Amino acid sequence: MEMRFLPAGDEALIVEFGMEIDDEINRKVQRLADFIRSQNISGIRELLPTFRSLMIFYNSNVISYKKLIGKIKHFKNDKEEGVAEKKKILCVPCCYGSDYGPDLKEMSSRLGMSTEEIIKLHSQSDYKIYMLGFQPGFTYLGGLDKRIHMPRLDTPRTSIPAGSVGIGGNQTGVYPVASPGGWWLIGNTPIEFYNPQREKPVLCNAGEYIRFIQISISDYESIQKDVKDNKYNPEYVYE
Amino acid sequence: MKMYIEKAGSLTTVQDEGRFGYMEYGVGESGAMDRYSYRLANKLVGNENGEAALEFTFIGADVVFNSDAIIAYMGAEMNAEIDGVSIKRGKPYEIYEGQKLTFGFAINGLRAYLAVAGGIEVPVVMDSRSTNLKCQMGGYMGRKIETGDALTIGGFDYSKKDALLKNKVEAPTYSDSICVRVIKGPQDDYFTDEGLNTFFNTTYKVSPESDRMGIRLSGETIESKNGMDIVSDGITFGSIQVTSSGQPIILMADHQTTGGYAKIATVVSEDLQYLAQARPGNEVSFKCVSLQDMQKGLIHRLFGKK
Repeated sequence: MEMRFLPAGDEALIVEFGMEIDDEINRKVQRLADFIRSQNISGIRELLPTFRSLMIFYNSNVISYKKLIGKIKHFKNDKEEGVAEKKKILCVPCCYGSDYGPDLKEMSSRLGMSTEEIIKLHSQSDYKIYMLGFQPGFTYLGGLDKRIHMPRLDTPRTSIPAGSVGIGGNQTGVYPVASPGGWWLIGNTPIEFYNPQREKPVLCNAGEYIRFIQISISDYESIQKDVKDNKYNPEYVYE
Repeated sequence: MKMYIEKAGSLTTVQDEGRFGYMEYGVGESGAMDRYSYRLANKLVGNENGEAALEFTFIGADVVFNSDAIIAYMGAEMNAEIDGVSIKRGKPYEIYEGQKLTFGFAINGLRAYLAVAGGIEVPVVMDSRSTNLKCQMGGYMGRKIETGDALTIGGFDYSKKDALLKNKVEAPTYSDSICVRVIKGPQDDYFTDEGLNTFFNTTYKVSPESDRMGIRLSGETIESKNGMDIVSDGITFGSIQVTSSGQPIILMADHQTTGGYAKIATVVSEDLQYLAQARPGNEVSFKCVSLQDMQKGLIHRLFGKK
């Protein structure tokens, strides 16, 4: 396994594992992040895992670039033997169509596919969180079924409500905060991917998975109420 | 104690050292653009490092306190006055209840920092008091300061006043033309020799569209081998990305955490302060230094070795 060490100034280092978006490359990024966290190396300020590389922010008064690389070279990219890696999957309740997913109908006619089929395809995969970025809590997900890829909207919307579930190109994801955007909106989740007031402001971590679970409007409203009352606990499955 | 904002200035925000530990969740660091001036302002009024201060951009604020206070300002020269009497940068002043502290246009530099003994008390959000404008979070209600706002000032041991008032540091003078040190990479191999040559040997102008997210530069087009697009990776304060138009952007305190443009070089941390003070139209050029020399130099300066 090749690791490329690329300096990003005098206080950050990028360890690159490849050039493409690829499940195995991304897994190496996650494993290196786990390794570094387990080593408690003094001088490391924070880690930023992305698609194909790990950015390491460090304090050069405490540890030099050279010494840091020396520590990282101890990383052996071996899977722990006999231990199958379990996926941590966040179940994301999603109300598809109607006002929650205003583009679902148009998408259905463009694709010549029923809305039920689109929902089935969208909710049957487990999507890997390759990284977070762009906005607080925005997850870059891999694994969208080819049959429901959609080119971005010709005219992006100026405002999309938080919780919107969309499809753009070969990607799907959830808008964690209200923002402009050019994705096709197929549904909305009542759970908060980002809430700065919460003890853990951002729900997801890179390396985990997301599964969308179809819910009714009345389920949506009851979960939304629980979220508001701080009574909702995110549901995870491990497979 | 309260500080009342009688006139907000053009872009006034509450800032501190920055918000760290949340980059992996898509939350950038924010914090003072010119950390050096911010730290000195705090130090002058006896604050511990990390207390929140006000950052002014181009036009400063007018403020009044409802109790006596110790203040200091650093960074850009903004013709500050207390009740019409001029005050200097780099020196603490006592201001009495009801007196008015005013700031004008930046006449040298771009950003000034006003520190008040006791610090500005805003809620800590994700370990920091910094305002993140893009995420509308932190600082004073997640937004820039507006006329009519009232900021709470933390407690301060007034018996230290006389000692504090003796503090003094030299006020900086900013040049209209700066050369900043950079370390090549992480994606310098995306550029042709010609492109690297252009970057290191020509001068760029600071564009008026620059802001806390990034300093946009205009000048000669930087040639890439096969375009600037990369599969997004991490960004730091000082990353220099080159967009598809071939023009560089230096990513600053409010940078996004990840980005899909190749980054030709990264500004060394000590030189970010000069960029934070660069005004639209100022000239910027780049000098390549080696990372090892930088880190050796830093250790020598810290421990006083030659």
